Amino acid sequence: MSFLKRIAPALLAASILTGGATASLADEQHFPLQSYRVGPYAAGGTGFFGGFIDYLNLINTRDGGVNGVKLTWSEGETEYEVEKGVEVYQRLKSNPGIAAWNPLSVGIAYAMIDGVTEDQTPLLTINHGRTDTTDGRVFPYVFPLLLNPYSETSGIINYIASKEGGHEALAGKKIVVLYHGSPYGKETIPIYELLAEKYGFELQQIEVPHPGNEQQAQWLTIRRERPDYVVLRGWGVMNPVALTTAQRNGFPADRIIGNVWSNSEEDVTPAGDAAIGYTAITTQASGTDYPVVQEIEDKIYGANLGNLSDPARIGSVYHNLGIVNGILNVEAIRIAQARFGNRTLTGDEVRWGFEHLQLSPERVKEVGAENLFHSINVTWDNHEGEGYVTFQQWDGQKWNVISDWIAPDWALLRPIIEASSEAYAAEKGLTLRTEADVDTVASPASN
Amino acid sequence: MSVTAATIRPVIPAQTIAILILLALAFIAVPHLASPYVIEAILLPFLALSLAGLGLNLLTGYAGQVSLGSAAFMAVGAFAAYNFNLRLGLPLPVTLVLAATTAAAVGLVFGLPSLRLRGFYLAVSTLAAQFFVQWALTKFGWFSNNSPSGVIAAPSLAFAGLSFDTREGRYLLSLSIVTLVTFLVHRLVNGPEGVNLIAVRDNETSARVIGIPVLRTKLWAFALSSAIIGLAGVLWAFTYLRTVEPAGFNLDRSFQILFIAIIGGLATIRGAFLGAALIVVFPLLLARLSGFFFDGSIDAGVVKLVERIVLGTVIIAFLIAEPNGLSAMLDRATRRLRSLFGRS
Repeated sequence: MSFLKRIAPALLAASILTGGATASLADEQHFPLQSYRVGPYAAGGTGFFGGFIDYLNLINTRDGGVNGVKLTWSEGETEYEVEKGVEVYQRLKSNPGIAAWNPLSVGIAYAMIDGVTEDQTPLLTINHGRTDTTDGRVFPYVFPLLLNPYSETSGIINYIASKEGGHEALAGKKIVVLYHGSPYGKETIPIYELLAEKYGFELQQIEVPHPGNEQQAQWLTIRRERPDYVVLRGWGVMNPVALTTAQRNGFPADRIIGNVWSNSEEDVTPAGDAAIGYTAITTQASGTDYPVVQEIEDKIYGANLGNLSDPARIGSVYHNLGIVNGILNVEAIRIAQARFGNRTLTGDEVRWGFEHLQLSPERVKEVGAENLFHSINVTWDNHEGEGYVTFQQWDGQKWNVISDWIAPDWALLRPIIEASSEAYAAEKGLTLRTEADVDTVASPASN
Repeated sequence: MSVTAATIRPVIPAQTIAILILLALAFIAVPHLASPYVIEAILLPFLALSLAGLGLNLLTGYAGQVSLGSAAFMAVGAFAAYNFNLRLGLPLPVTLVLAATTAAAVGLVFGLPSLRLRGFYLAVSTLAAQFFVQWALTKFGWFSNNSPSGVIAAPSLAFAGLSFDTREGRYLLSLSIVTLVTFLVHRLVNGPEGVNLIAVRDNETSARVIGIPVLRTKLWAFALSSAIIGLAGVLWAFTYLRTVEPAGFNLDRSFQILFIAIIGGLATIRGAFLGAALIVVFPLLLARLSGFFFDGSIDAGVVKLVERIVLGTVIIAFLIAEPNGLSAMLDRATRRLRSLFGRS
């Protein structure tokens, strides 16, 4: 008896630990969220997952779900650490009716590629991810939606060209890329080199060791080199430190162009005045001027259902990215439902939806996101979907959009992506998919 | 009467029988019964971290040399195995041995300061390994085969026509390596080398006086410990995460391994396993419990921070209750049980 008593808590613990969540399957589509709300990247995590959940909530409360299919979600904390993300993946993957995974961490996404391919469930890495997963021939279930790192690089150079009056004007200009000393930071080095050769600008790429809270030496070099532009490929604390150090060295902020992970309020606010005039790339505009964001403010935050603990962050860069991510997920489900029926879809059916995720600017307007993001055109072999980019400038209080929608040079980048994905396929012994494979879809019965 | 009792007493000690039963369960029952979650999210990291804890325990627990560079040696092992496999295409066991050897060589180099430094000073000098290795792996693309993002996928694990790529295969491979290494370490620490290690730890001068080769023993401890930790790194990257990136082997991981060794019990073999079990399982349990009770009612971020506080408090409580770690606690518990049942 006393022995039983003694082990009872252990048994309870074991059953809680091993037992999966149980949920009814009454036409629900589930999103397992590997969120990060604590740790060094909590600002990005709370904003992004807040926006994502807010949009799912909006679809449920306003429309009663997607064509009657309710959206559900569950969260697991990853702290942006790979092994925690893997644990959450293993824990949540037994939930029924999973639509897609959205870890917002390239490290976690890498560790899941084999798993989601086996499970036949889409894995989304919006605005980031492994560049060569753009090639749907090799990675059927991975989608670096809107913008992969190579396209981002090309978009930034195209923006600089438009400011200077065309690509011809780039010849003889000098651009310094200040990059974070990590795999993420180094990923675009060959692409900048390629573009420098193509357009004839002078290029210097300088590394800032992680975490980047000391940049005096780098900015002294920049001061000596007198470049026309500095591209900031930063991360976390490196961004505000770059801006304040630039100011101290007399480099004008409006000549610094930030990349997609240097473009949030959290990156500029700590820099204070030094950030005024700083420009950064984005795929989604910030602010609350868009019908969908306003609806979330009214119907979700008005009814006290909002996910952000600080409502002032509604319309911030990460929050809007989460909303756009929600729109893309929901529309993929809608597109897949049109083919497979208005019911709980299998992961593979949602994959089909993502491979047909073509939202024209008109359709984007219909979902209330005109000018929030431009459009997307995902196909079976292009999993990025030709996202357009725009540029925003910080005025000390908020970001203001200062450019048109700009297209990266996808045709130039595609051969590099294919070379890399084909090497991966060879290493892993995979055969390339063809267009005929797209319609081979695992139905609910076969799951 | 008493004579007969003595003669029928089993020749094999009870502890050995218990270990054999445990191994039989682990090798035969677990792959059939355990759910994918238990294998992927609990047992695989547990095995890799146990091995790392065992390696560090050899150095810190037995030989008394503090190291904060464990994660670096894990990284060396993982990247060495990746490169040996990629560039030479050697069979899996050879790759593993070479990876362990590489980690041992690097460990030997960073163990050199131990000849002059002790205690905190040595700990700080092993930090150099931590930062240098991570920096070098990020800096030189060659280590990750010039993969644009620096994150590499683990190769497929096959040997002699057998594939270990399935979940159960990876588990059995991990378990076999951990069992083999643990057995070797057990033999070693109970032999003359083990005595040398403890002598160096307890009093270096006396050890030198009675003729123990102190320098050689220290370096040898560094090399062997690094080799084992390097193997743990291979398991972590190849069987658990299936991906290798330098950032995964940061200082946090080194601390985690040090905590495993301390909480489990220094200078014990099972301490590494008990410590790893606590470090791997307890946070998960806590997360599950808090998810179970507070789901939706409290901000997820707050729950997570409270969990961390609870984890820290529990570790402190453990160490106050039993400074010699979980291993000593288990000893006491079994003694009590034995006196309970042994009275009849």
